[in-house]
Amino acid sequence: MAALEFGSTSMTYEGSDRSVRALDALELAVDVGEPVAIIGPSGCGKSTLLLLAAGLLAPTSGAVRVGGSAVDGPRRGTALILQDFGLLPWKTVEANAALGLKIRGVAAAELHQRAISALEGVGLADFARAYPAELSGGMRQRLALARAVALDADLVLMDEPLSALDALKREELQDVLLGLWKLRGHTQVLVTHSIEEAVFLGRRVVVMSPRPGKVSAVVDNPGMGSEGYRVTEEYFETVKRLRRILAEEGVVAAADVVAP
Amino acid sequence: MRGWGRKLLGYLGAVVVLLLAWAALSAAIGSPALPGPVIAIATFIEQWAEIWPQIAISGARVVAAMVIGTALAVPLGLWLGRSPRADAMAAPMIFLLYPIPKVVFLPVLLVLLGLGNTPKIALIALIVFFQILVTARDAAKAVPEGSIVSVRSLGASRIDVYRHVVVPASLPDIFTALRIGTGTAIAVLFLAESIAGTNGLGYYIVDAWGRIDYPAMFAGIIAMALLGVVLYEALDALETWATRWRVAGR
Repeated sequence: MAALEFGSTSMTYEGSDRSVRALDALELAVDVGEPVAIIGPSGCGKSTLLLLAAGLLAPTSGAVRVGGSAVDGPRRGTALILQDFGLLPWKTVEANAALGLKIRGVAAAELHQRAISALEGVGLADFARAYPAELSGGMRQRLALARAVALDADLVLMDEPLSALDALKREELQDVLLGLWKLRGHTQVLVTHSIEEAVFLGRRVVVMSPRPGKVSAVVDNPGMGSEGYRVTEEYFETVKRLRRILAEEGVVAAADVVAP
Repeated sequence: MRGWGRKLLGYLGAVVVLLLAWAALSAAIGSPALPGPVIAIATFIEQWAEIWPQIAISGARVVAAMVIGTALAVPLGLWLGRSPRADAMAAPMIFLLYPIPKVVFLPVLLVLLGLGNTPKIALIALIVFFQILVTARDAAKAVPEGSIVSVRSLGASRIDVYRHVVVPASLPDIFTALRIGTGTAIAVLFLAESIAGTNGLGYYIVDAWGRIDYPAMFAGIIAMALLGVVLYEALDALETWATRWRVAGR
């Protein structure tokens, strides 16, 4: 049974004068504990796909199933991490990490303990009493991850979570993401604009094409997660292959196909 | 503590400048209708036993009115800001009523509610209500959608969204409106107390005027200024405490 499944899922946004078809008969199944990366140009419906999986949108037609049952609203075990991290500036680091638990009515003592251990897991325990404004971009991202960890989510959905970071911080956080996934073994769907990130964090990389959004290719990436994968020949080859596919889609310039 | 010291020093400087200007103006005009600050302050101290109960009465009226007006306006304003359907119905009504100077209702309130505390509190509460209502509505509208989506993805109910996002996000704007509102509230209080009633600072000032006791009149004016400052600073302290996250990271 798939952890997350889209069955000929379509989504149309009704505007005031025209409607936009964001997803067209999407077929995609993510296995339990599988990390999947989704890549594609703007407007390919990647974010819509995540909002549907999180139960924040309902599909116009077709089905979205998590753990075998149809999604009809936000679900306990699903964590959604947005591009702007979705942190609340008026809550302390600890209160932000604990927010999901608090909304679920977890008792104060357990709340504190789970939030602190989640913060320890991402190296932020010393900042529990700080506010998000006092953190750097990378630390804010860690905090958003800590929120998902504290929830003990079995399905983690991420919408370009690292796009606001510089290249070095980005690699560091990619390692954190990989470490968390290895430790917890949750099902993970990562939407990204970065080819390297997709190959580093997706055991399968799903390529989507725009208007209307649909899956145009799937690249298997079995080596993902192995020790030192970032510097292996297999990693480079997969990056190149993915780049070629995206060039055929007209997403990246053909001249970039050979260059790193 | 350094912030407090600086603030106190600022007030001290302002008081010195104002007193000097007042003394100069009073000397230049040379009319008993504008006594100098020395005699006014002396009268203020001399009459303290009589003035402080008036400060307490006026202060209680303003605070009660602001609490009632805010308590009614905040939930309604936030709701209108987050509910386009409710807003579409209520907004035209609000914008028709908002520009009407609410003081014009004082005679009506006096007839309906008598000469006691009630009409004065009701009038000020009405004014505060509209100011806070419009501010809270606009603030709730401006809450970033990303914050709401992220909280909803955690399974938040409507109440949770208000509690964790809409209310804290709107607090700074509401406090700003409240601080600005203290000025209006005290001005209206003076009007209400001077027209009807037998106590409060407004009555004290107008009564002294009627007795042509100008030093006492100015002692009352000093008391009113003090009441305003205390209210403003109390709100400022409350705001700093309630929105301490805003100081972080600066």
